[in-house]
Amino acid sequence: MRSFAESDVAYILLSVRWTLLLSMLALAFGGAFAALLSPLTTHPNKALRVAVNMFAILGQSTPLLMLLFLVFFGLPIIGVTVSAWWAACVGLAIHSAAFLVSIWGESIGAVPKGQSEAAEALGLSPLQTLRLVIIPQAMRIALPPTVGFCVQLIKGTSLASIIGFVELTRAGQIVNNATFEPLKVFALVAALYFAMCWPLSLLGAHLESKLARAVAR
Amino acid sequence: MGYQFRFDLVLAHWPAFVEGAMATLIISVVASVLGLLIGVAGALVRSYGPRPLSVLVGVYVEVIRNTPFLVQLFIVYFGLPAIGIKADANLSAVSAMAINVGAYATEIVRAGLASIPRGQIEAAAALGLRPYQIFIHVMLVPAARTIFSALTGQFTLVMLTSSVVSAVSATDLAGVANRVAAIGFRHLEAYSIATVIYLAMALAISGMFSLLSRRLFRYARQG
Repeated sequence: MRSFAESDVAYILLSVRWTLLLSMLALAFGGAFAALLSPLTTHPNKALRVAVNMFAILGQSTPLLMLLFLVFFGLPIIGVTVSAWWAACVGLAIHSAAFLVSIWGESIGAVPKGQSEAAEALGLSPLQTLRLVIIPQAMRIALPPTVGFCVQLIKGTSLASIIGFVELTRAGQIVNNATFEPLKVFALVAALYFAMCWPLSLLGAHLESKLARAVAR
Repeated sequence: MGYQFRFDLVLAHWPAFVEGAMATLIISVVASVLGLLIGVAGALVRSYGPRPLSVLVGVYVEVIRNTPFLVQLFIVYFGLPAIGIKADANLSAVSAMAINVGAYATEIVRAGLASIPRGQIEAAAALGLRPYQIFIHVMLVPAARTIFSALTGQFTLVMLTSSVVSAVSATDLAGVANRVAAIGFRHLEAYSIATVIYLAMALAISGMFSLLSRRLFRYARQG
């Protein structure tokens, strides 16, 4: 056992980059997937709508930890050997997609129906209506909860430590195992998460009140 | 390639899965009840308490909501013995969960109290309702109706998040899955079954709450 030294602090600080990178990749992959799926939540075809909603509900009702384990142990059987890093990326991306499909789908649904009717009357094709009329308005509605989800995602990356990927939480565990100074180590880890999440939370709340004021006007 | 699924090997351990599911339900219910108590107390202090206390509750809420549950769990699990409190994994797990839900519940209940227009309370007083009647019929029940779905959604989330407590070797469904997986190296099967059980519990809980909400707040639909 040794004491909690500066090199340990540096090691923990540096591990933040993996937490951030993991969050960003999961958001990018999950977001791309959700961008394709969320317009389908208002699609005229009922089977499609139900399928997309099922994906969202099941994805949101599966514990993230189980999702990570299933990806970690499941991908190898279809012949894809994955490192803890890729398993965490894929698992968190699926998790993100499930939540973002709901958030973005609801935002699209919140755009008044008159908008798409007017677009249709003006002779816009359904795809044009979606791209030029619905999505720009839906994005404004979707922004605050999406920022809120980013907080959830950053916190969620801590579970990658359980499948063995060394990000912020795992780095804390490693240092704690060597120094056995749990309060200092995990207080530092918690402070770093807070430094990442709190500004986002404030931004989300700010955007939400701004949107509420805009709607009230 | 050509993975041979052997669910039979894992399903042979079904009593362990039932036990794990029960453990998960029990810790989730206990944590939710404690968390709700913390939430009501926290919301009252935050809304009507003296300023220093109210700020303190605000700090608690923000710190918990902006840090991962897993780290909170580690702080409780490793931290309690360090300050001389003996706690096993299960007690640490329930405490960490209750502290976590408490913060979210505080925010939800506070929003519920804030949603009651002052005029409504004044109107009730003008109509001659007694203070306890006002508190119950004009403040508590309408607030409960407003926050019911957010609050029960939080409880479902707690149950799903509780899987993380297996990381400090507390007894729960995910812990059972870990154990069974290690016995026969049937990880995929063990985690699939645990996932299905979690899903079933989550859907059952939210279904139960939505039924309950329809029964409890029946009058709301008439008006």
